Amino acid sequence: MAEGADILIKAAKGARKGPDDAAGMAADSGAGHIRAKTDWSAVREALRSGWWVGGLLPAAVIAIWQLAGSAGWVSAEFLPAPLSIAAAFTELAVHGGLAHHLGVSFGRAGIGFLIGAVLGLLLGTLTGLFRRAEYMLDPGVQVLRLVPHLAIAPLIILWFGFGEVSKIVIIMSGSFFPLYVNTFMGIRGVDNKLFEVARVLGFSPWQRLRRLVLPAALPGILLGLRLSMAVAWIGLVVAELIGSQSGVGFLINEAKQNSNTPVIFVGIIIFAVVGKLIDSLFRMIERKALHWRDSYQG
Amino acid sequence: MCRVAQGIPLFFVCGGKDHFGGGALMGEALLSITELNKSFGTAGGRVQALHEVDLEVEEGEFITVIGPSGCGKSTLLRIVAGLDTGYTGRVTLGGEPIGGPGIDKGFIFQEHRLFPWLTVEKNIASDLPLRKPEIRRKVDELIELVKLQGFEHSYPRELSGGMAQRVAIARALLRNPRILLLDEPFGALDAFTRTHMQSVLLDIWRRNKTTMIFVTHDIDEAVFLGTRVVILEPRPGRIRKIVPIDLPFPRKKTTSSFQELRLKVLNVFEKVDELELTDGAGI
Ligand SMILES: Nc1ncnc2c1ncn2[C@@H]1O[C@H](COP(=O)(O)OP(=O)(O)O)[C@@H](O)[C@H]1O
Ligand SMILES: [Mg+2]
Repeated sequence: MAEGADILIKAAKGARKGPDDAAGMAADSGAGHIRAKTDWSAVREALRSGWWVGGLLPAAVIAIWQLAGSAGWVSAEFLPAPLSIAAAFTELAVHGGLAHHLGVSFGRAGIGFLIGAVLGLLLGTLTGLFRRAEYMLDPGVQVLRLVPHLAIAPLIILWFGFGEVSKIVIIMSGSFFPLYVNTFMGIRGVDNKLFEVARVLGFSPWQRLRRLVLPAALPGILLGLRLSMAVAWIGLVVAELIGSQSGVGFLINEAKQNSNTPVIFVGIIIFAVVGKLIDSLFRMIERKALHWRDSYQG
Repeated sequence: MCRVAQGIPLFFVCGGKDHFGGGALMGEALLSITELNKSFGTAGGRVQALHEVDLEVEEGEFITVIGPSGCGKSTLLRIVAGLDTGYTGRVTLGGEPIGGPGIDKGFIFQEHRLFPWLTVEKNIASDLPLRKPEIRRKVDELIELVKLQGFEHSYPRELSGGMAQRVAIARALLRNPRILLLDEPFGALDAFTRTHMQSVLLDIWRRNKTTMIFVTHDIDEAVFLGTRVVILEPRPGRIRKIVPIDLPFPRKKTTSSFQELRLKVLNVFEKVDELELTDGAGI
């Protein structure tokens, strides 16, 4: 932090020494100008690569939050201080079986996501490739897509009971749609000119799918995967809050009944952090798989 | 499916010209086009793109096709490639009617149309397995032929226009086509690159003896490359004149005999119409 501030100050000084300074123009303004330039680029570099900039605001909020808690400005039951949340986290991790609950949640989200994603990919490929399949399946899928999948959760529980199956179905039904839609769009977005190339090169239907359609649709498919993943994670929370005997959602529910606010916070933070980590992982995969792309990278 | 996969050897570079016989009778041209008519239905009625086109192309010829924009050059080439159908008349390659697109008819588009997710060598191989030693060897030879050594692992976005077009040419040549169809392949390139590409292409033609049909709207290019220049006129698209270019290779654009033939072609155009023919600039 101190280093960044230093750079900023230096840059400001350098800029002031720049071309505006008519008197110093003759001898050293050139050097000053150059320094101003390099310093600014250093600031920009620091801002870009400096992950700590993004951490500044949260750090300040946490500090004030802790201060408010320690000073007794807000009741611990309403808003527990960061340190007591940290203590609850340690307690859960050491004696409360946090790893077990996290594992259960991962299992549910993973299985639900996997089934939903595979179905989405298959159906999306089918409707993307074949007009006839599109006419048959797509209208129905589009109608279902517009039903908020949380609204059908009660129905799913009615059909499948409170067991694992209904949880996985809730997660699955949510994660199906983003991948379905993006696979379909990805395939329909493939450049017709490349299809002509495939014809001229005599690709077999299988080669056309493998060498042309899937790689060309990959950006859409990966985006769909990432969105499906996010929806699966949300579905997991809903499924576990509705009723479960284990999992991170269960921890939150139980803590609510016991008015154990710190544990609720621990649960929320875990959902947020793990969700973010998984999203970052997918972004990394995306970057690796799509490195051939020639598009604006920001 | 593909000849290579069936284990029949490829032979293009340096190899002989014994193209698996084909159905060609003795004396019959490799490509034969008779009374070809093609029209397109558009919102404003039918457009006659080609009218009564007759053309015979012998094995090993380098045909250049020239004409103003919209006179049916691409349509003619696409019909030969099997990409466009719904025409009347007869088009045969090696005595057989054109069925559909296939590797025996190589096609180079104005844009390189490489697969952006594949490296240079994988683009050349495309659906053929690079790990097969014979394909590997052919691809390496082709990379040398089109002078792209050192760029085997580059992606299309890292290539200049000329380099990308050379990859596209190598991709077509790997399939050992009986005829190579090129639709204004150098139209988008700058003058220097175009000159270089012309010599690369002539080099390939000299070594492989691949029959070429090369569409251009640049008179210099047509006369420089072709053994015959086919001049098309528009509305409806038909052959105005065929000018044989019996200059030996390598040709020089500055010689008086070249300029004479160039003027001869240009004169045909002046008679056709007062059409402006820019020297090269891609449309
Ligand atoms: N797919 C198409 N649909 C309708 N009209 C077409 C189509 N392709 C070409 N044409 C028409 O046919 C004529 C010849 O086109 P084209 O072969 O592309 O000319 P060139 O390649 O010589 O510029 C033009 O008038 C064009 O508008
Ligand atoms: Mg054209």
